[in-house]
Amino acid sequence: MQIAFTINGAPTAAEAQPRVTLADFLREKLKLTGTHVGCSHGVCGACTVIVDGAAIRSCLTLAVQADGCHVTTVEGLSPSGDLSPLQAAFRKHHALQCGFCTPGMLMTLHALLTDEPYADEARIREVLGGNLCRCTGYIPIVAAACEARIAYQGAKVQP
Amino acid sequence: MKLPPFDYRAPTSLQEALALLADHPGDARLLAGGQSLIPILAFRLAQPALLIDLRHVPSLNHIDINDSATTLGAMVRWCEIEKSEPLPQAQPLLYDACLHIAHFQIRNRGTVGGSLAHADPAAELPGVAVCCEARIRLSSGQEIAAAEFFTGALQTTLAPEEMILAVVFPAWPAARKWGFAEFARRPGDLAIAGIALFYDLDMAGRARDAHIAVIGATNLPMRLSSAEARLNGADLNEAALAAVAQAAADSADPPADIHASIAYRKSLVATLVRRALVQAMSR
Amino acid sequence: MSVTTAKRPNAYVGSPVERVEDLRFLTGRGEYVADLTREGQWHAAVVRSSLAHGRIVSLDVDQALALPGVRAVLTARDIGIVPLIPLRTGLPSYQPYAQPAIADNIVRYVGEPIALVLADTAEIAEDAADKVISEIEPLPLVLGWDQSVNGQILLIGDTTTNVAGRHLASRGDAAAAFAKAPYRRRETFRVHRHMAMPMETRGVLAEWDSATSHLTVHGAAKAPYFNRKSLAKMLNMPEASVDCMECDVGGGFGARGEVYPEDFLIAFAARKFARPIKWIEDRREHFMAMNHAREIDADLEIACTRDGKLLGLRGNAYIDCGAYIRPSCITSVRNIATFMAGAYRIPNFEVYGTAALTNKTPAGGFRGPGRYESCFFFERLMDIVADDLKLDRLEFRRRNLVTADDMPYPLAKLEPSESPDGFLDSGHYPATLDACAHEFGWADKLKLNGTVIDNLHHGIGLCCFVEGGAAGPRENVRLEIESSGDVTLYSGSSAIGQGLETVMSQIAADALEIPMERIRVLHGSTNLLHEGFGSFASRATVVGGNAVLVAAKTLLETVRNAAAERFQVSPEAVLVANGVANASDGRTLSFADLGDLKLKAEGTFANSKATYSYGTAMAHVAVDATTGFTKLLEYQVVDDVGRAINPLTLHGQVIGAAVQGLGGVFSEDLPYDENGQLLVGSFAEYVMPVATDYPNIHATTMEQYPSPNNPLGAKGAGEGGIIPVAGAVGNAVAAALAPLGVTIRHLPLTPARVWELIQAARA
Repeated sequence: MQIAFTINGAPTAAEAQPRVTLADFLREKLKLTGTHVGCSHGVCGACTVIVDGAAIRSCLTLAVQADGCHVTTVEGLSPSGDLSPLQAAFRKHHALQCGFCTPGMLMTLHALLTDEPYADEARIREVLGGNLCRCTGYIPIVAAACEARIAYQGAKVQP
Repeated sequence: MKLPPFDYRAPTSLQEALALLADHPGDARLLAGGQSLIPILAFRLAQPALLIDLRHVPSLNHIDINDSATTLGAMVRWCEIEKSEPLPQAQPLLYDACLHIAHFQIRNRGTVGGSLAHADPAAELPGVAVCCEARIRLSSGQEIAAAEFFTGALQTTLAPEEMILAVVFPAWPAARKWGFAEFARRPGDLAIAGIALFYDLDMAGRARDAHIAVIGATNLPMRLSSAEARLNGADLNEAALAAVAQAAADSADPPADIHASIAYRKSLVATLVRRALVQAMSR
Repeated sequence: MSVTTAKRPNAYVGSPVERVEDLRFLTGRGEYVADLTREGQWHAAVVRSSLAHGRIVSLDVDQALALPGVRAVLTARDIGIVPLIPLRTGLPSYQPYAQPAIADNIVRYVGEPIALVLADTAEIAEDAADKVISEIEPLPLVLGWDQSVNGQILLIGDTTTNVAGRHLASRGDAAAAFAKAPYRRRETFRVHRHMAMPMETRGVLAEWDSATSHLTVHGAAKAPYFNRKSLAKMLNMPEASVDCMECDVGGGFGARGEVYPEDFLIAFAARKFARPIKWIEDRREHFMAMNHAREIDADLEIACTRDGKLLGLRGNAYIDCGAYIRPSCITSVRNIATFMAGAYRIPNFEVYGTAALTNKTPAGGFRGPGRYESCFFFERLMDIVADDLKLDRLEFRRRNLVTADDMPYPLAKLEPSESPDGFLDSGHYPATLDACAHEFGWADKLKLNGTVIDNLHHGIGLCCFVEGGAAGPRENVRLEIESSGDVTLYSGSSAIGQGLETVMSQIAADALEIPMERIRVLHGSTNLLHEGFGSFASRATVVGGNAVLVAAKTLLETVRNAAAERFQVSPEAVLVANGVANASDGRTLSFADLGDLKLKAEGTFANSKATYSYGTAMAHVAVDATTGFTKLLEYQVVDDVGRAINPLTLHGQVIGAAVQGLGGVFSEDLPYDENGQLLVGSFAEYVMPVATDYPNIHATTMEQYPSPNNPLGAKGAGEGGIIPVAGAVGNAVAAALAPLGVTIRHLPLTPARVWELIQAARA
């Protein structure tokens, strides 16, 4: 069936088979291969994208369910091409090694910190509990997230 | 792990959704949040001909709280429960139990109706619904007690042409004592065992109307009546705690799997009953 | 840790330089094998055995072929003579046990490929795979090493045993030492089956060029050149007609990048149908198809004086290798024998490592193969002895660790072996013990050891370890000056997520005295160099890095000669410094000025001597006896890696590996039932560490004893992080539960198992 949604700020329309997940649709139809598929059964979090402001597992969402939605992927995280503060913090803290889980980590944290820029370390760890990383042991990822918080705080007042 | 082929419809009214369901007897599945259904399809444990997406069906996503009851619509998502301002006061046990459900991304999609229909014996909502004597409102117009709705692991009385509309929790007295404790391998994982309980206090400060429900450690969420009986009328002291915990462990009938033996699960039930009671007493 | 980027030349090596790779990984521009597509490609799905041992009676592919979009189904019959996957060992005993590329008549584990479906889409291929109907007549099963070695059921035809190899590591005279030893203790231990589990599953995209009869296989990792040789042999093609191409790799950990059955099957299909064929493993099949690891039982006896001087160690270790010997399996067999007491001086030593076949998924290397397990076995044994003889656990170890005076210290002699006798190269092992005790606060925490606080049983434990690295035989590098004056570095090493491009750039930039930004690193793929070796056994930085030094020296010489010719002076009159050739009269030529000459230089670094990083880890745990749950309160490791090229990436390797190792201790498990069925097949059941589990991991690196075996002085350091984890944490849990009468001998220490141990001790 024909679907239309906004991807990284730009409208897109394409044919999608009902059984195709949003993850596969992004990767194969839209060639946005930054979103990775690590398990296809909704546990590893590598495929996390943001749909209408909420971080979701794109392997557990059908492409047809994104019809009419706003979808953001890792490719949309830094439109300018420079690293966003979150991405730069990842680099500085060596929060990635093989890079496979990284897009999911970034999208999860971007959604979290946009909503909760004052999230404490425990909350960050709790939220990251839905994303598997086999390389880093998570410690540098948490450090990077903590450092990046300030960039999200902007006008938001600490609750 | 590509999904098997199926058709997809996203009806815009309840009537239309029910008509689609009726047209595909036994061969259609309702798609709410999809957080349990899509993995089932990915492992090809089910191959329905049609998925009926409920996201455009109106009025299924309300949280309604009044003096007599709290009603959660079938399409209410965990993240909405988490962000609800009145719910922690209106239904503290329900609210607390829901905070234990799954992970961030799943919580943004998973729904009340999906969890009830999936009927995982380790899931929090079915357990709390049984504990609180909640009733499940069906499209047929019936309301069925949660304790009757769940019939086994991943099994309910839901007929193929029926849909869950909402779950209705009776009003919660402000003075009620409650506790929720579960043990999972990792936060957000399905519980190996979990306990939801509450009781009220009589004039003498003794427990009455005790409700103790177990998840994870049985093949369906259920109340542990012998433990409840031990708690009713008891002075809340160390001996009573031990007796209630032991009665709960004795009456639980857990399955064994790769994560836990029967004896271990029984022991967890006792430990968690004790922890939940300690919570309750401190409130 | 915070980091500043070095800007001036000659300051990169040793600096915590931010990674070059990160820019593409952070913006979604990495390119992993699943990201590749080719016009007209077919997608493959593998049909796998549902039985652990059986004879294939029939394979009915008609229903699968009838599905629209299905192009072909291949079985062993279509392959003809099914080739075996070549091993990385030449030892003859192992050869008959190599895995066939597809099950030929007999299946020997659940998950063994029996057919390959080719279709227009991955979805259709999977639909069709479900419709291949196999009739398999069950055969009796072998499910444990003990049943395997008794040989009543033989798994491979034309063999007389299920033991594929048996190695003896020996030194001194163990029999004599034990005969007169004042104290002996014998114990059995076990590490359970688990696996590497990189976040990216495997994948292959093979292309056949009919015009040149050339095969290109994308998705290579770890050892592309060796794998090219293997594939060429299996396909009966000249090696020059095959290229293995490396793209970004989502984690290796020893398991990714071996030749698996699918590598052959996809390549075979691409050639047969002259089509690009793509196969991406899914996570469900990864559990049963990718190398398993670590399932080892040990029966060890130790001899010492009553005041704690080690006299001897002897015993047996049995490795459950699964149904076949895979290319890298021998490493754990070899290591478990040789390094059973890795960091210690034991004059009399006699340990056997036995490779036994069973009807389970074949096993292979996983980060720290044989070493992770031996640390658990031996360090547990050390603590059991210390407890028995009332010895101070630190002093007992300090007394027996290899010291600077012992260096080079000969390893136990391994027979049979293809390698020359080895030596621990440098270091003073008690130094990391003392440093770790200081960082960890051993003396203070010792007061908590064995106490119960708020119903939690506290314990501390430690483990000393060595990590072998820098495996030979050699590595090759080519440096080329581009017309822009920038330098391209072609490396035979492979990137598996460890930051190879950054580390090679650092070394080259220092050696060439130019900024790192001017160096581009290409690696792995077999079309880059005539020969390469890859990234395994913690070798890339050391062997590949030293090859960069050799090539850089030659390139600078070449630049000098070329500049001399331009200047019309003798080479001795030219000084090359900071990327500029200077004549004595003030004339200069930059690399860019010489760019039109396409100057290049090759470098090879050959070594037969391994490096040995070493260290000590300490752990503090609190065990909840009511649930069996263990909380890791503190974990500290101190290692000496000789010379750290990039402290930032090194620290990441150590911390990340530690958490990986904790998964093996506490939660990851691959149980089989009595029918040989693997009981886990999803991430919901295979419990890997998550962000909430282990926040308190600390690593400190020392550089006191550079390796004498290479000019950089570096030592392999990719595996040391995982090696001591089970030893240190196992000892901590054991110490916590000792007052309850529990002895820890087996992993994993899941809550359920720990609880059962406590109940058994109470009964």
